[in-house]
Amino acid sequence: MPTIRVQTEAFDAATEVNAITAGRSDVGAVVTFTGLCRDEGGTLAALELEHYPGMAEAEIARVAAQAESRWPLMGLTAIHRFGRIAPGEPIVLVVTASAHRSAAFEAAEFLMDYLKTRAPFWKKEHHADGAQGDWVSAKDADDAAMARWDR
Amino acid sequence: MIMSELNLRYFAWVRERIGTAQETVVLPAGVITVADLLAWLKERGPEYAHAFERAEIIRAAIDQTHVPHETPVGTAREVAFFPPMTGG
Repeated sequence: MPTIRVQTEAFDAATEVNAITAGRSDVGAVVTFTGLCRDEGGTLAALELEHYPGMAEAEIARVAAQAESRWPLMGLTAIHRFGRIAPGEPIVLVVTASAHRSAAFEAAEFLMDYLKTRAPFWKKEHHADGAQGDWVSAKDADDAAMARWDR
Repeated sequence: MIMSELNLRYFAWVRERIGTAQETVVLPAGVITVADLLAWLKERGPEYAHAFERAEIIRAAIDQTHVPHETPVGTAREVAFFPPMTGG
């Protein structure tokens, strides 16, 4: 069963890895990906993450189920934060564990590509000069990154 | 035919442009698909017209599952409209 959380609080990657690997000796590879809020050259004060409660968890669970059906995973954790997030703080965490590294690497990348384009989250920028910024635009590159997993 | 109430939810700049996050509507006859619903909403006022001026880029979910615009609304309890996602 994957661990999926949508929360305002920060998370600790090491704690989440330990939750997967503690007490077992069959895991040969753990991959973690942490997405952080950038300061965009000092111009960004914070990101405001809006989400669709309920659907966010459900959509991440659907993506996690796909990953578990495609790769032989021994653990999967996905955490996505919402609310106001300052530069340097973590936004998203994906942890994948498997017997071998290729499955863990590929599943982690698959999860991130899908989360970016399918999980109902939206980022709004708050500028360092106090001005309220715009909603971040979706990138074609993210759609392309997701599409490469179609087969 | 029973006139059922439908809960509509809006997120991100769709929500900001319309000026509300949530409302309940009774669908008129003739609104069959998500695309029909978008077209009907666009006629409700300038704020809706602004939110849905490029209807083709708006994403939709029925009962918290992504759906294409040609999907029938059917017996949905909740339909959400939002911009392309930018999480991760």
